[in-house]
Amino acid sequence: MEVFSVLTPGGYTTIQDEGRFGYQQMGIPVSGALDAFAFHCANLLVSNTKNTAVMEITVMGPRLEIMAAADLAVAGAGIGMTLNAQPVETWTSFSVKPGDILDIQQVQSGCRAYLAVNGGIDVPEVMGSRSTYVGGNIGGYHGRLLKAGDVINCGRGKRLSGRRKMPSDMIPAYPPELLIRAIPGPQDDFFQEGLEVIFQSDFMVSTKADRMGYRLQGPEVRLHKGMPKSIISEPTMPGGVQIPADEQPIILFVEQTVGGYTKIVTVISVDLSKVAQATPGDTIRFERVSLETAHKLYQEQQKKMQRLETKLSDA
Amino acid sequence: MQADLFEKARFRTAGDRGLLVEYGDVIDPDVNNKVRSMAIVMEDNPPQGVTEIIPTYRSLLIIYDPAITHPAELQNMLATLEARLGEIKIPPPRTVEIPVCYGGDFGPDIDTVAGQNNLTVAEVIKLHCEPQYLIYMVGFTPGFPFLGGLSEKLHTPRLETPRTLVPEGSVGIANNQTGIYPIASPGGWQLIGRTPVKLFAPARRNPFLYQAGDRIKFKAISAEKYARLVKEEAQ
Repeated sequence: MEVFSVLTPGGYTTIQDEGRFGYQQMGIPVSGALDAFAFHCANLLVSNTKNTAVMEITVMGPRLEIMAAADLAVAGAGIGMTLNAQPVETWTSFSVKPGDILDIQQVQSGCRAYLAVNGGIDVPEVMGSRSTYVGGNIGGYHGRLLKAGDVINCGRGKRLSGRRKMPSDMIPAYPPELLIRAIPGPQDDFFQEGLEVIFQSDFMVSTKADRMGYRLQGPEVRLHKGMPKSIISEPTMPGGVQIPADEQPIILFVEQTVGGYTKIVTVISVDLSKVAQATPGDTIRFERVSLETAHKLYQEQQKKMQRLETKLSDA
Repeated sequence: MQADLFEKARFRTAGDRGLLVEYGDVIDPDVNNKVRSMAIVMEDNPPQGVTEIIPTYRSLLIIYDPAITHPAELQNMLATLEARLGEIKIPPPRTVEIPVCYGGDFGPDIDTVAGQNNLTVAEVIKLHCEPQYLIYMVGFTPGFPFLGGLSEKLHTPRLETPRTLVPEGSVGIANNQTGIYPIASPGGWQLIGRTPVKLFAPARRNPFLYQAGDRIKFKAISAEKYARLVKEEAQ
């Protein structure tokens, strides 16, 4: 069923789901929604199952003509939005009908927002996922960013009986100064004073920040004297903080599979959503946590999502 | 005994969902074979909570769900599997033949490779087609094979300025490595030829023709044969 006609595509708009798993050993990155938390919330707000494809909006939103009656919700970055020139709220479901014009404007806080439609965005699954991997030209809408004139389909979903609204105390704030928790490793033994530098300095997000990685600017993070400058290429994890030859850290993201630079620390899973909402000019400070703490936080986050699911489905 | 293999696997923490397992710290066929064997054994006995296993040159990355398992559990499981490795039959690697049309527009750097190594173009082609190359790892772009076993007579440094766009199917050399670009991408390798075979076809039932641990053998073909194979691929 046709649901959106793209009038203007916005800054960098793609179709994403949870990601494409099982093919990293073939050089296919996971891709998927960068802010997993906001992505899940957007789907919950329109009563979709967890792994349903949405539109990932970056910095500047699209202008869409609605082609079918549906329930929509936008979660993530603070972003101005109007339906037929009337303001609508994010983190809240709303209904639309054919002919409506949804205008999603520029982000005011954060970086990425997720537009979910009940029934989910319907694009063909490629290797088990609907996520767009632009670099490999696969998945999503013809493997590319959306552009004006594209017509997007959605699946058949059950319409909401009432409005769903995210509890306000669960909506994250996206401050320009971020405290990001990280675990040393996998190559923390290549560093000594570098570890002190990474945990005790402020780093600025540079303009080179995309779905592959975030390049940071700050004091040099030096390898310990005599340690090799590169390692034999190995797989990378989203959140791995790589130190390349210029000694400026890069937080790796979801469109990378292998690399030959050392990773001094790795951002914990629950904080990846925070990084995904950082924009150039923001400051990041890393806080050291243990693996046990990270696992505990991971499990708490899962419980929180389950509670949220129960709470929202009452609506 | 294989001196390059670690006596015991070494573990590294790759965040709260990744366990990196190293079997050596060199690029070596024995080490890579160990990685491949462990990856196969684990895929045949999938441990609970493991979502992905990624083999590379000398290490395996195991991605797990911390709500289901823990690295300590995975380390025990790996030790058990490793102890049983001798009794488990690992399927032999496959050899995949890749036809390549060398030189001309398909291999604009073949003269550089020949010139720098005091060879004729015919000798470059012959030397490049001889070995059965080991696929140490696949990555960088979908299906890009990192191959070991290039003749020393062909070692050539990367281009000083990488190309912004290397055409799909290009076969290249970078120092002691050779490889194929499955999709058009930027790249700095010296291009010596091109294959008409689609190495990555997402819509095909099996999108890939090989995996890490398999072998690749290049076969020189004429421009006519190249054109014919391109037509066949399109069908």
